[in-house]
Amino acid sequence: MQTHTEVLEEARRQAEICNACRYCEGYCSVFPALHAERAFADGNLTQLANLCHNCRGCYYACQYTAPHEFDLNLPQALANVRQSSWEELAFPQAAGRAFQKNGMLIAVATVIGFALLFAALRALPAAGGEGFYAALPHNAMVAIFLPAFLFPLVSIGISLRRYWRQVGGRPVKLSHLVQAFGQAARMKNLKGGHGDGCNFEDQDRFSHARRHAHQAVMYGFLLCFAATSVATVMHYALGMPAPYGLLSLPKILGNSGGLLLVAGCGAMIRLKLRSDRSFGAPSAFGAELAFVGLLGFVGLSGLALYALGQTALMPALLALHLGAVLAFFLLAPFTKMAHGFYRLAALVADAQR
Amino acid sequence: MTQSHSPTNPDIVVIGGGNAALCAAMTAAEAGASVLVLEAAPKAYRGGNSRHTRNFRCMHQGPLGPLVESYSEEEYLADLMKVTGGKTDEQLARLAIRTSEECLPWMQAHGVRFQPSLSGTLSLARTNAFFLGGGKSLVNAYYRTAQQLGVQVLYEAAVTHVHLAGDQVEYIDYTHMGETHRITPKSVVVASGGFQADTDWLARAWGPAAKNFLIRGTPYNRGVVLADLLDQGIAQVGDPTQCHAVAIDGRAPKFDGGIVTRLDCVPFSIVVNQNAERFYDEGEDVWPKRYAIWGRLVAAQPDQVGHVIIDAKSLDLFMPSVFPPIKAASLRELAEKMGLPADGLERTVGEFNAACGDTSGFHPTELDGVSTTGLTPPKTNWARPITQPPFYGYTLRTGVTFTYLGLKVDERAQCSVGQGPVRNLWAAGETMAGSILGQGYLAGFGMTIGTVFGRIAGKEAAAYANAH
Ligand SMILES: Cc1cc2nc3c(=O)[nH]c(=O)nc-3n(C[C@H](O)[C@H](O)[C@H](O)COP(=O)(O)OP(=O)(O)OC[C@H]3O[C@@H](n4cnc5c(N)ncnc54)[C@H](O)[C@@H]3O)c2cc1C
Ligand code: SF4
Ligand code: SF4
Repeated sequence: MQTHTEVLEEARRQAEICNACRYCEGYCSVFPALHAERAFADGNLTQLANLCHNCRGCYYACQYTAPHEFDLNLPQALANVRQSSWEELAFPQAAGRAFQKNGMLIAVATVIGFALLFAALRALPAAGGEGFYAALPHNAMVAIFLPAFLFPLVSIGISLRRYWRQVGGRPVKLSHLVQAFGQAARMKNLKGGHGDGCNFEDQDRFSHARRHAHQAVMYGFLLCFAATSVATVMHYALGMPAPYGLLSLPKILGNSGGLLLVAGCGAMIRLKLRSDRSFGAPSAFGAELAFVGLLGFVGLSGLALYALGQTALMPALLALHLGAVLAFFLLAPFTKMAHGFYRLAALVADAQR
Repeated sequence: MTQSHSPTNPDIVVIGGGNAALCAAMTAAEAGASVLVLEAAPKAYRGGNSRHTRNFRCMHQGPLGPLVESYSEEEYLADLMKVTGGKTDEQLARLAIRTSEECLPWMQAHGVRFQPSLSGTLSLARTNAFFLGGGKSLVNAYYRTAQQLGVQVLYEAAVTHVHLAGDQVEYIDYTHMGETHRITPKSVVVASGGFQADTDWLARAWGPAAKNFLIRGTPYNRGVVLADLLDQGIAQVGDPTQCHAVAIDGRAPKFDGGIVTRLDCVPFSIVVNQNAERFYDEGEDVWPKRYAIWGRLVAAQPDQVGHVIIDAKSLDLFMPSVFPPIKAASLRELAEKMGLPADGLERTVGEFNAACGDTSGFHPTELDGVSTTGLTPPKTNWARPITQPPFYGYTLRTGVTFTYLGLKVDERAQCSVGQGPVRNLWAAGETMAGSILGQGYLAGFGMTIGTVFGRIAGKEAAAYANAH
C-alpha cells in the first residue's frame, strides 16, 4: 500500500501533466483550480482531491492513459489522495486509519451497535411509556444518542479545522457559503461540464445514474434527519411526544426520506459493483460499500419499524434500527460519510479562489 | 440500413479511425450504407492524431456555440493565405471554410461537446471552438455514435494494399490478428493520415537529420496506404520533402507526446546550440507566430538540438510544460548539467547581457521592442540580461506534426488517376490536406478539413454504393 507521501507524489506528477495540457478544463472545478497553480504543495493537492468527485470524465478524455508512458489516471490519483487525507485529518487519527479502508470493521461496529441496543432494551425495562418508549424509555434513548450525536460533530469540526489550515483557507464569507451550498445542492459537478452526467456507469458513455442515486441518498438522509429534528422540537418545545400518526410531519419526512435513502443506497451499491474499480482508491472499495450498506440499512430498518411497529417484532426491530443509527453516527467521521463535509469545505475554499 | 451485406463485405470501407474517417463513416451510415471502419491502432490508441487535438476553426456569421462575435469567410481565408503564403487552392479552401459553419451543430448532434476557450488561449476564443476534454473525447463520442448507427469497427486492422484496376478500386487487403484478409467494398474512403511516423521515409524526404525528429502524434500514421496509392498512379499533391515541424521539449517521447511537450519559453530566453552559440533572433515575434519556424531552426543545428537558457525572473512568464526545467545555481553548473561547453555558455551569455540595453519597457505579452544592440543575431524583443540565479534550461528538439504530401482530391473529395476520377475512391483529412494547405498551418484547420471533407466523402461514397 502507498504511503500518504507516495500518494501525494503521484498526484503531483499527474497534476503537472494536466497543467501543461488543460484539455479537461471544462469538466469540473478541479481543473480551473489546478491551472491556477504553477507548483503543487501538499495542501493544493488535498484541496484538488476533495474537489474531485470521481466522475472519470477526465480519464476517458485523456490521450495519456496507459499504455501511454505518461500513465494518467487522475481520478484514481485524486481518490488516493482524498482517501489518504481523510485518514490523516481524522480525529482521532487512529479511528480514521482503522475504518476508512476496512469494511469488516464497519460491519463489526454495526453489530456491536445492535448488541448494545439489545442489552439496553433488556436492562432498562419499559417504564410505562407509549409506542417505542414502551421498549426503551425516552430518557435512555437521549442518554445514548446525545453523546453519539455530539461526538461526531466535535470530531468532524476538528478535522475540518485541520483541513482548512492545510489548504490555506481564508476567513469564510456568506457569499462563499452560498456558492458552495448551491453547487452541492444541485450536484453541479456531477453533471459533468456539459450537463450529460458522468462516466461511472459504462465506460465513456455519459449518464446521470450516479448523480441521481447520489441525490436520492443525500436528500433521503436529509429528510430523515429533518424528521428527527422536527420530532425533537415537537417533543420538547410543543410537548407532543411520539408516537406520531401517518400524516404528521415527522412521519411524512421520515417515510419519504427512508424510501429515498433505501432506493438511493441500493442504486449506489449496484453502480459501485458494476463500475470499474481502477479509478477509485482500490483499498477503500470494501469500506465504501460497507458504509453505503449501513446507511441503506438505517433507512430500511426505519421503514420496517414503521410498518411493523405494532407487532411483536417491534422491540427487535427497534434494537436493529437504533443500533445501526448509533454505529452510523459514531462512524460518520471515519467513513465515506466524512466526504460530504470535506467536499463542502473544498467548495467553500474554491469559492474563495 | 442495407441489411443484405455481411460485415465482412460492407458497402463501404473507411480506412483509418480518426476524425475524418469517423465523419465519413457516420455520414455514410446515415445515408443507408453499411460501413466498415478499418483502424490500424488498437482500441486504446484509436483516433490517430485527432486524439491529440483541442479545437476546430470555424467560420460564423454571429455567435455560435462557444464562439463569440463573428468570423467571416473573407477573414478566415485571409488568415489562411497569410500562413500558406498563397500556396492554397482557393476553391477548396473556400468550400472548407464555408461548410465549417454547419459542421459545428452537426458535431454537437453527433456527440461532441465544446468548452470555452482554454486558459492561455484567449486569442482563439473567436475563431476556434474547443472540444470539452480535447480530441480524445471527440473521438470517443464519434465511435459511440457510429456504433449506434450500425458502423462496424475493426481495431488493429492495418490496410496494406488498395488494389486499383483501371479507374476503380477492386479490393482491399488488410491484416488483422496476424492474418491477411481481402474485401471488395463498393466504395472506399481513405482517411489514414500522413506518413510522418515512418521515420525512414521522413529521412529519405528531409535528409538523415530527420532520424532525430520526434513525432508529436500517433505512431500509426506511416503512410502505407498513401504510398500504395501513389505507386499506382493516383494523383498526388503537396511538397513530398516537407513536413510541419515545431520546437518541442527534447525529453518528449519519440511518439505521441502531444500538446504537453510544447515549450513557450523561447521569447524570454536565449537559445544556443551544442556549441553554446546563439543562432537566431529569439524575440522576433510572439511565440504562436514563431512556434513553427523553430522546428526548422533546431533541425538545422548539430544533432538537431537547441538549448533554451532563462533565469529566475522569466520562469513564470510562460505556460508550464510537462517536464520541469533543469535548474542550476550558476551558468557553469547549468552548462555541465546540459552537456554544454561551460566557457562557451558563459561567453555567449556574457556577450548577450552586454548587448542588452534599457529593459524598463519590458512587456511579456506584446512586442515590446526591448532589444539588443550590436549583437549578431540580434534579439529584437524581450531582451533582458540573464543574470538572476537560479538559472534554468530546457532542451529543444524538432517535433513533426504532419506531412504535406497527399492525395489530390476535387470538391467532391474524390481521388483521380490519369485524366479522370477514380470512380469509387474518396479521401479525407490529413491524407488530402495538401490539396488545400500547400505549406504552413493555421491552428484548428486540420480538424476543419477532416470534418468537412470526411462528411463529403461519406456522402459521395454512400451515394455511389447505393446506386451500384
Ligand atoms: C499534438 C497535435 C495537436 C494537434 N492539434 C490540433 C488542433 O487543436 N486542431 C486541429 O485542427 N488540428 C490539430 N492537429 C492536427 C490534426 O491532428 C490533424 O489535422 C487531424 O487529426 C487529421 O485527422 P485525420 O482523421 O485525417 O487523421 P488521424 O486522426 O491521424 O487519423 C488517421 C487514422 O488512420 C489510421 N491508419 C493509418 N494507417 C492505416 C492503415 N494502413 N490502415 C488502417 N488505418 C490506418 C490511424 O491509426 C488513425 O486512426 C494536431 C496534431 C497534433 C500532432
Ligand atoms: S486528464 Fe489528460 S487530457 Fe485531461 S487535462 Fe489531464 S493530461 Fe490533459
Ligand atoms: S474524475 Fe471527474 S471530478 Fe475528478 S478530476 Fe476528473 S473530471 Fe474532475
